[in-house]
Amino acid sequence: MSRSRENILRRLRDSRETGAAVGRDFTVIEDLQWSGDEAVARFTGLMRAVNTEVHETTREAWPAKLAELCAAKQVTRLALAADTPVGQAARSVLLDTSVETVAYSRDIEDWREELFFQVDAGLSTAAGGIVETGSLFLLTGPDEPRLLSLVPPIHFVVLSRADFANTLLEMLRRHGLAAGMPTNVLLISGPSKTADIEQTLVYGVHGPRQLVVLLTD
Amino acid sequence: MDKPTRQFHVRIQEALNDPQIRANFRRAMDGLMTKRANMFPDPDELERLRDLGAAVRRNALAQLPELLERLEAKCAENGITVHWAESVDEANRIVLDICRRHSAKSVIKGKSMVSEEMELNHYLGEFGIEALEADLGEYIVQLAGQLPSHIVMPAIHMNTRQIAELFAEKLEGVGYIEDAEELTKVAREILRHKFFDADVGVSGVNFAVAETGSLVLIENEGNGRLTTTAPPVHVAVTGIEKVVENLADVTPLLSLLPRSATGQNVTTYVNMISGPRRDGERDGPQEVHLLLLDNGRTRTHADPELRQTLQCIRCSACMNHCPVYARIGGHAYGTVYPGPIGEILMPQILGCEEVGALPGASSLCGACGEVCPVRIPIPKMLVRLRKEAVDNTGASPVKGGGAQRSFSEAATWKGWEKVHASPALYRLATRTATAMGGLPALGPLKTWASVREVPKPAAKTLHQRLEERGNSR
Repeated sequence: MSRSRENILRRLRDSRETGAAVGRDFTVIEDLQWSGDEAVARFTGLMRAVNTEVHETTREAWPAKLAELCAAKQVTRLALAADTPVGQAARSVLLDTSVETVAYSRDIEDWREELFFQVDAGLSTAAGGIVETGSLFLLTGPDEPRLLSLVPPIHFVVLSRADFANTLLEMLRRHGLAAGMPTNVLLISGPSKTADIEQTLVYGVHGPRQLVVLLTD
Repeated sequence: MDKPTRQFHVRIQEALNDPQIRANFRRAMDGLMTKRANMFPDPDELERLRDLGAAVRRNALAQLPELLERLEAKCAENGITVHWAESVDEANRIVLDICRRHSAKSVIKGKSMVSEEMELNHYLGEFGIEALEADLGEYIVQLAGQLPSHIVMPAIHMNTRQIAELFAEKLEGVGYIEDAEELTKVAREILRHKFFDADVGVSGVNFAVAETGSLVLIENEGNGRLTTTAPPVHVAVTGIEKVVENLADVTPLLSLLPRSATGQNVTTYVNMISGPRRDGERDGPQEVHLLLLDNGRTRTHADPELRQTLQCIRCSACMNHCPVYARIGGHAYGTVYPGPIGEILMPQILGCEEVGALPGASSLCGACGEVCPVRIPIPKMLVRLRKEAVDNTGASPVKGGGAQRSFSEAATWKGWEKVHASPALYRLATRTATAMGGLPALGPLKTWASVREVPKPAAKTLHQRLEERGNSR
């Protein structure tokens, strides 16, 4: 193994004239900026264009909206993060409803089958929204498991307008991610889709069929 | 003509004679070109982005050995095991070893062109390990026992009817359903169980970030995320050229790639992986491996002009805009990478004996170079590789350089050179040609003339006419 490594690196070194860096000018991305209302309109417009449901709500009202949407979509079991403010708020509002909440507080090995086949929806918190492309920005970790936004057929996400960034570049810089990345950083822009059969657009392949954004102030 | 070249010509002829292939590709490529154009309404922004995209890739290639070492060190810090392979055989053995260590019976795959390069599915199959493609297009192609005909849309050569027939024939309990949505549902159900059972997930990598030790993958379906998250082991396979220096460097490439490829401003998922499951985390693989494959890339890197091939981010815009690709489709090329990028890449991987004729499948119209998001001068390189294929210096940097050289072609050009270097011979030749009223349609000219008008020389040469007018010296 190490022999191949040495051979590859030696060939790359032997053959070249310089190893000088090439300058990169990021202003073409940095120039992209949208102001408050413009940003919301662009973000929601782009998200809706790819079949995402966006509900504009508030910090206080979103749990009630979630309960209403769960009822409308006939969600009976909702998986959520156990220890996040979003998870806790959802749990308390859904306590009095017919929706059963399942806290993602066990290792996946302990409940794979249940998550894969018996959960209707997942709820997660977005760390931000990217205005340029209409994308949710998710940082996973102990409180935000990776499969929560992927396996259940419906994915609910709570996002605050205060966490918008114009571009991915701005978002990566804001979170200082060049200095250290969480296990998984995700951009999500719509429900899962494919056009592999004669370019016919179909939503809901391997990921969620529905993406529902609760956009708060 | 050598055997591979003759086979290439036969495949081209077959494709041209197949109205289904012609129609499927024409419709798809027209759609993709329009969608791309709509995504770049501001030509100034596009050119600036292409400058930045090209600079990011050139920077990575200029510092490739240092960045690979940095990537390796950062990955190790993150808990990702890095493997190096000089050849596809070595790469396959490494993946097999990992699978065996985990007693893997089934492998689920996200879309990866490098794994196609390795023919990994076939290799693992020989050792009793089922490798199943999870990207819908790849799944369809695998079911049909074919190769992808396009690097982004693998099953683009088939229409809904053909796919419905395939599913009805190959999948137990599935009838004939000519409906993209229903067919997708069938595949989802089958593959969901496969994801659930898979022991190992194998994916490709779009960009590997040296600064943070991160693997960046983009996709629309979610199969890439499942492949890299659900099974206990994730193996990412990629070419050594896919590294970029900084995290910020991925942003222009993420902006250019989907817009150039499918006319989307962003793919549904952008997935940045920086390690296996950490303490306290509830899911994600226990092990993550990164396999860096050479397979001819160091050789390409050694030549400053050919090195630009390695800038490629596999968007497929060059094939989408290629008038030859749109007519003959991806299978006619007979290689993993078809279209203009395949024509310059494959001779460097497989050598000119096998595929030295590929760069000839171009009218040099220049469309591929105009749309390339990272400014690879593909038309210039097509000419360069045509030259390498007939090289007579014995010092071609390309594998098998000179293999396409033919005695008769070389002799013809030698004759042409002599005639044009000597005024006396030139006059004799042109006078003979006018006197004969043109060249006899024999040999290659006969084939050429079967679909074209052979130009007829004027009744008198220019020299003769000028002499008659008394303007001659």
